[in-house]
Amino acid sequence: MTAMDGTLQDKSPNAADPVLEVRGLSTHFALRQGVLKAVENISFTVKRGKTLCIVGESGSGKSVAARSILQIVPSPGKIVSGQMVLHRRRGSTIDLAALDPRSAKMRAVRGARISMIFQEPMSSLSPVHKIGFQIEESLVLHTNLDKPARRKRVLELLRQVEISEPEAAADRYPFEYSGGMRQRAMIAMALACEPDVLIADEPTTALDVTTQAEILDLIARLQADHGMGVMFITHDMGVVAEIADEVCVMFRGKVVEQGPVDNIFHAPEHPYTRMLIGTARKLEARAEAKPPFRAGASILMVEGLTKTFEKRTGFIRKTTVRTEAVKSASFTLRDGETLGIVGESGSGKTTLGQMILRTVEPTAGKVLYHGRAGGAVDVTALNREGMRDIYGDIRMVFQDPHNSLNPRMTVEQIIAEPLRNSGWSSSDSHARVKELLDLVGLPAQVMERYPHAFSGGQRQRIGIARALAPEPRIIVADEATSALDVSLRAQVLELLLSIQKRMSLSFLFISHDISVIRYFCDRVAVMRQGEIVEIGEVDQVCTTPQHGYTKALLSAVPHPNPRARRLATRHRYKTERTET
Amino acid sequence: MSNGTQFDPPATGESLSATDMDWSPDQGGHITGADLATASQWKLMWWKFRKHRLAMISGVIVLAIYFVALFADFIAPADPNATHPRYTYAPPQSIGLFVEGQGFQPHVTGYKVEVDPVAIRRVFTADEEQIVPIGFFVRSEPYRMLGLIEMERKLIGPKEPGQPFYLLGADRLGRDMLSRILHGARVSMSIGLVGVAVSLGLGVLLGGISGYYGGWVDDAVQRLIELLKAIPTIPLWMGLAAAIPAAWSPLAVYFVITVLISLIGWTSLAREVRGRFLSMKNDDFVIAAKLDRASELRVIVRHMAPSFVSHIIATLTLAIPAMILAETALSFLGIGLRPPVVSWGVLLQEAQNVRAVATAPWLLMPGLAVVIAVLSLNFLGDGLRDAADPYSE
Repeated sequence: MTAMDGTLQDKSPNAADPVLEVRGLSTHFALRQGVLKAVENISFTVKRGKTLCIVGESGSGKSVAARSILQIVPSPGKIVSGQMVLHRRRGSTIDLAALDPRSAKMRAVRGARISMIFQEPMSSLSPVHKIGFQIEESLVLHTNLDKPARRKRVLELLRQVEISEPEAAADRYPFEYSGGMRQRAMIAMALACEPDVLIADEPTTALDVTTQAEILDLIARLQADHGMGVMFITHDMGVVAEIADEVCVMFRGKVVEQGPVDNIFHAPEHPYTRMLIGTARKLEARAEAKPPFRAGASILMVEGLTKTFEKRTGFIRKTTVRTEAVKSASFTLRDGETLGIVGESGSGKTTLGQMILRTVEPTAGKVLYHGRAGGAVDVTALNREGMRDIYGDIRMVFQDPHNSLNPRMTVEQIIAEPLRNSGWSSSDSHARVKELLDLVGLPAQVMERYPHAFSGGQRQRIGIARALAPEPRIIVADEATSALDVSLRAQVLELLLSIQKRMSLSFLFISHDISVIRYFCDRVAVMRQGEIVEIGEVDQVCTTPQHGYTKALLSAVPHPNPRARRLATRHRYKTERTET
Repeated sequence: MSNGTQFDPPATGESLSATDMDWSPDQGGHITGADLATASQWKLMWWKFRKHRLAMISGVIVLAIYFVALFADFIAPADPNATHPRYTYAPPQSIGLFVEGQGFQPHVTGYKVEVDPVAIRRVFTADEEQIVPIGFFVRSEPYRMLGLIEMERKLIGPKEPGQPFYLLGADRLGRDMLSRILHGARVSMSIGLVGVAVSLGLGVLLGGISGYYGGWVDDAVQRLIELLKAIPTIPLWMGLAAAIPAAWSPLAVYFVITVLISLIGWTSLAREVRGRFLSMKNDDFVIAAKLDRASELRVIVRHMAPSFVSHIIATLTLAIPAMILAETALSFLGIGLRPPVVSWGVLLQEAQNVRAVATAPWLLMPGLAVVIAVLSLNFLGDGLRDAADPYSE
């Protein structure tokens, strides 16, 4: 523990010494089509005991910047200029940019003086080694502790990252850990040699909000204990507001604005920063454009919908494992209403949406659809022919804009597919496609292009146009905005709102993100472990949540205002399920 | 976007900037123009394939081999079955370009025959006195090209018919090796195609059924594949080939052998197709097609098939060399094709005898042809496989 005491002595509360200074760093990728300037002349400083947030959308070069520091830029990327000065504890400095990526000196820095944690803990942990062994590895490489001492240190680290029963946990494999636990284990690995700088590359993006809040807590607490500088990369302005001391805003490889977090949020100068903050703030409340909701006649009634997945394993003697993905869910969707379904991963919300269109067959329960002709049909009892009629009235928008459009068909063929299958003539459907493209804000010339020519947001617009083609009454949107950057997300939500205003549409909007639901929906159903725990008007659920889980979910959402940080005071919902 | 937060990005690539309302960072380098935007999968595949230089070269070689095989009658300088006892085991001749006193005159030299008194064996040496002028489009015995067109000219040969012309030497009966190899390409290269066509039918059908229906059908097909793969191929072939009546015409034998070879060949293809079906069945765009009211047939034919046709072509290209090797192996062992059919495997039978190889190493030339053909097909197949999915990156 002497090393740690030393750290504490080094750290004086006010003097935040720089620990890593990056000056004029440029990293370029020499591609066939030309040089891609992934990072261009950026400078920033990480201070001891402080958190620097690098924020930007996908492709802004923030991850490449982080990897450049450790000299682990994937080929053909190359650091072309700049200095990266690491200040060591004893006062000596070293310019990382001058080191050979494969040299012993660079290896001594990686994992020991500067550690990194990644977005996807499952793919950064080795699946065939025990967690304890993987943490120990960096001790073997960077210290000369003997075996029992290393084991002791591993257990101590696991305790620090709040993994219960470290003795047993050290001997488990990554697949036995939950997502949050894996990220904790990654953090333990990163901390093993008490680094001066911790680089966290979107460490919470793949996690649920409640888990994210816990990991952010943990990083903040460890930072206070160890006094390391943290470089935190994220796209989420809420997270930035919650944890940052300093902020660096990146856009297309360049730093467009940097400064203390309060300045960035309350006096942003660059229009891009303003746009990011504006979009994040907008999702803090209900859409202004949203008309007050009038309760219409019910159009879709879900009664006791249940799905039990059976997994049969074994070849000779089969054993069956049952998982209840959705347990007797019931709700009513009314004409012109937007019903949000919110829940964390594994809550069964996606399965619920899939059962309504029967892309997943329900185990029990009914879905009653009130058709245009009047009279209710039980969708779950229909045959293939009957379902084809339903497919024209209830449409789906998918999450992944890259996988949901057939890459081998042109935009016109994709959008016209439902029309063609309903017997439209090609000239009629051509005109209709034009109309639909106009509706989703794409020019008519794009008709003959293929999906690969479009960005994620544009593809999602094409997906929406396809959903709208047969003039449906209900749209099931499963995480329709989750794969998009924050600015695009706002644009797509805006588009859906304007479409809803023009056409009489009901939405079933499935999302893990309660702020998107609050922005867009009239009512919300909160799902947890396959059950709807709370359902009601959005405003009422969001302001006075009844169920403990809803409270926890709401309070775990990072708040894009550094003057009103709220994660520390959040509500925690005690789960009966343990995290392992 | 709400008021006051509008942010105008600098224009990205050339093609999309006009329509790009999601300003997409870092795509500038990726989009190279309107061509790319409207490029179909085959165009993209072609662009990607073109970058694979080795595959391109191999593709040209493969095309050349098939061209030669098709027009072997015309290209080969001699009838592959014409025997010349005088030139038994004659060594390869080299082509000279100038003749003293006559200027430019492509020619080969005739042979001088001596008898080695120790080995009691005929030894051929080049006879500088005897000049055999050669040329293009020379007269020859009348023959029918592809069995249809009557012709009396060959691409290359001695200007005077009947003079010795053995660029790759002669075999035991004084037949021209070059002509035999060129003719052998016909059988050897086409047995691959026919065999692959048969296994394609079986593979796509059984693999498709297996992947699409799943359940016990899938189990049954998979166990069948495992069973077939577990049978040692050579004994199986030997057993089946032994059942072919010796009186059958060479053509009938050829087809039976083809079917025997494809019996094994279809299994890996079936697995490939099944895998594609399984993984694609749950792709969003396939589910979307179902929700677009597409019929089951249309989902398979219009939405799923185009994405694995390219993979199948690549797999087929890689399957052809296996067929060629199988034919060569079978014929070499004497259980496949038999003379008078000319195939590379049959030609190699001549090289089974160590003594023959020692005196006439050019008898191994058909082996070189096999190596070139198999390598080119493999490289071509690799290139096709890499290009088969132009959307992954």
